[in-house]
Amino acid sequence: MTDYDLIVLGAGPAGVNAALAASAAGLRVALFDENRAAGGQVYRAPAFAGTTDDSAERQAGDALREALAKSRVSAFLGHQVWAVTADFQVDAVGPQGSLSCTSRALVVASGTTERVVPFEGWTTPGVIGLAAATILLKSQKVLPGKTTLVAGCGPLLAAVAAGTLKAGGELRGIVDVAGFGDWLRALPAMLARPDILRQGLAWAWAIRRSRTPLYARHTLVRVIPEGERLRAELAPCDRAGRALPGERKQVLVDCVAVGHGLTPATEITRLLHARHRYSRKAGGWVAITDDCGRTSRERLYVVGDAAGIAGAAAAAEHGTLAGLACARELGAAAGSLDPALGQAQRRHARAARFGHAMARLMALREGHVQGIAADTIICRCEDVTRGEIDAACDAGARDVNQLKAWTRCGMGPCQGRTCGDVAAELLATRLDVPREAVGIFSARTPLRPMTVGALTGAFVYADIPIPKAAPL
Amino acid sequence: MTSSNTSQGFDVCVVGGGVMGCTTALFLARAGMRVVLVERDALCRSASGVNAGTLTLHMTRAALVPYAIQAWSMWMHPETWLGQGVLATAAPGLSLAFTDNEREILAARAAARREYGAQIDLLDPTAACAIEPGLNPAVLEAAHCTTDGFASAYLTGRAYHAALSAAGVRIVEQTPVTRVERLAGGYRVHGLDGAVSFDATRLVLAGGVWLEPLLALLDVHIPVKTLINQLIVTERMPPVMRTVLSIASGLLSMKQFANGSVLIGGGWQGLGDRERGGVETIPANLIGNLRLAQHVIPALADARVARIWLGLESETADAMPMLGALPGLDEAYVIGCVHSGYTSGPYMGKLLAQRILGETPEMPLFDPARLLATPGVPAQTH
Repeated sequence: MTDYDLIVLGAGPAGVNAALAASAAGLRVALFDENRAAGGQVYRAPAFAGTTDDSAERQAGDALREALAKSRVSAFLGHQVWAVTADFQVDAVGPQGSLSCTSRALVVASGTTERVVPFEGWTTPGVIGLAAATILLKSQKVLPGKTTLVAGCGPLLAAVAAGTLKAGGELRGIVDVAGFGDWLRALPAMLARPDILRQGLAWAWAIRRSRTPLYARHTLVRVIPEGERLRAELAPCDRAGRALPGERKQVLVDCVAVGHGLTPATEITRLLHARHRYSRKAGGWVAITDDCGRTSRERLYVVGDAAGIAGAAAAAEHGTLAGLACARELGAAAGSLDPALGQAQRRHARAARFGHAMARLMALREGHVQGIAADTIICRCEDVTRGEIDAACDAGARDVNQLKAWTRCGMGPCQGRTCGDVAAELLATRLDVPREAVGIFSARTPLRPMTVGALTGAFVYADIPIPKAAPL
Repeated sequence: MTSSNTSQGFDVCVVGGGVMGCTTALFLARAGMRVVLVERDALCRSASGVNAGTLTLHMTRAALVPYAIQAWSMWMHPETWLGQGVLATAAPGLSLAFTDNEREILAARAAARREYGAQIDLLDPTAACAIEPGLNPAVLEAAHCTTDGFASAYLTGRAYHAALSAAGVRIVEQTPVTRVERLAGGYRVHGLDGAVSFDATRLVLAGGVWLEPLLALLDVHIPVKTLINQLIVTERMPPVMRTVLSIASGLLSMKQFANGSVLIGGGWQGLGDRERGGVETIPANLIGNLRLAQHVIPALADARVARIWLGLESETADAMPMLGALPGLDEAYVIGCVHSGYTSGPYMGKLLAQRILGETPEMPLFDPARLLATPGVPAQTH
């Protein structure tokens, strides 16, 4: 007998809705997240009580948290899941110590990792990701800097810019790899979600009113510390995001928030050996699924942006869809789920159309990495430069795991989450082969770094079960 | 019949690109042979590049100590044979006893290894803690050996790739061997289900845990057991140990690298097999391994585990190597299943190369014929 029918990993909109739908259909459901409150990145809860916020995202997040609180879902928030096995045993460490439980099915709703295509000075203190800026603004209610420059591509640019302005920050510019035409091409799909489009227009209006300089089809080429501040150098760029010759503009700020899109967080589905494919539009490697999020492994589902970037609105519908599909697969409330499933499918398709248009704006652009200088660091945990990656490739490294062994790229605390996409792109580009040919870093436990003490707990030496000794 | 993708004219085809196969190929190529090395994955990615990198006599089987001593010197002096090294570092090795039972094991193991030439002394807790200040003072006794140390095993593939390329070996990676044909005066080795093949006068099988199915391609039936060893590495941390540490039972190996990361092994088993490779770690075994490590060096409680992975190890029925000519075949050889194989690997490869070149090997080989499964009796499967 398993502890639960279903364990959901990740309490963003996808995970919470999967848990709610499955629970409402009668399954025993547990939900894990490393954050202390549900909401994920987009509907992130404030870290302190008593803060007010009239934004649509805050309201949606509060509604999500309230629905979860009223449900029968067992929520393990503030828990770091560090291992998941093929028979769905989940090991976590929480405020009360270690926890291990089992289930009949698993829904992975692990969201994304932000991609930064490296440039000179990207590891300088004060240069942060757009996602990190989002956390500061939403959760900590802290401005990333008195003066901020936002750079990169995709809708997070506008979100961070608008959030900074709303919080009273001074925005010194928006540097967008995309040109006006790129956004225009996304417009038809945006019209499918007038509610979200309205928010986008509100952001655009706020930015325009602030008279923030907009640098379309521009990229950051360098950030250098200057006293207490940062000097950012911008250049016009081509469609791929590579700097072009031309006038360099200088902007002096306290913080540079930069991001070049999101990659699905596939550590868990890779760890469980589900089949994956590479999709540039979906953000990178994704598990192969049906439209309910079923992977190639029985009773293993992946939902939301972890299954391919499609945004928070689509993630919520995707979660509901998978929760219902899972309930049906496990034999709960058979038959009666069909109308709900059909409805969720239609709502998901509509939301995903918008989400996919946004995802295209932040997909890794073909050729973007070619603009990285040889002495620029790619793996910031282990200080591996592009030049070292190129040299390993020239010496015969043919896949990313071989590259990792030869250079230590991806061996540090982040285990390649930060550099993996760019390192693989560099290798594939240099070898002139498709991304599939160079593979992806093997996923291993622990899913997040864990202290030895947290894993060992209290013990006495005599109780350690010692296997048979090695032969003499 | 020669398919259009057959490469001909090799003096030797080595199947398996771990330390054993690579070293054999390297010495044969340096002696003037035309060598092709065929590997199912990338060089040194299944055992040779993912093991704990311990270069020790404590855990080497007693009868292999003379070989390990020679190999230890090879690792410490890569400039004399390999070129680029694997950051091999000499450090004292301490094998520890915390119970009376472990003291008995410790004494017996030390005595057996001394007989074969290992310089191992038994130390009291004070002397042990003087060598390793971070050690849990509850230790009862320690076996101490200065012929010990460690390498960064992940660099092994890079080092051999460079050396083999420079020696003119044709390296064929990502090519599982699926068939071996006997030709007049040689062998035709087919890879990738027949998409490519290589003709060579001599054949060396060096396929680690895959030796059993590879040997079966030649109708030689020798059972080979697959061990799935769990390994754990921490993030970089301030120095907490300066020796290579193990426990008398052999179920812990531990060292801290120059970059500050600590690698913990000891042969605790994960899930997996030859067909699927390492599948997943077993959380309970992981915790057992970590508890041993933390008991030995209490400061490890604060270390952060960065990664846990699985490495494959091969073992014969008597846990001794296969090294030498295959029975009933001309110019076909096998090398592998060497306990503490990373430590001894290079020397084993050197010995086999001497044999193939018609020289008298410096030390005795290990005849695989002793391991042949009796005809009619199904081989024991693991």
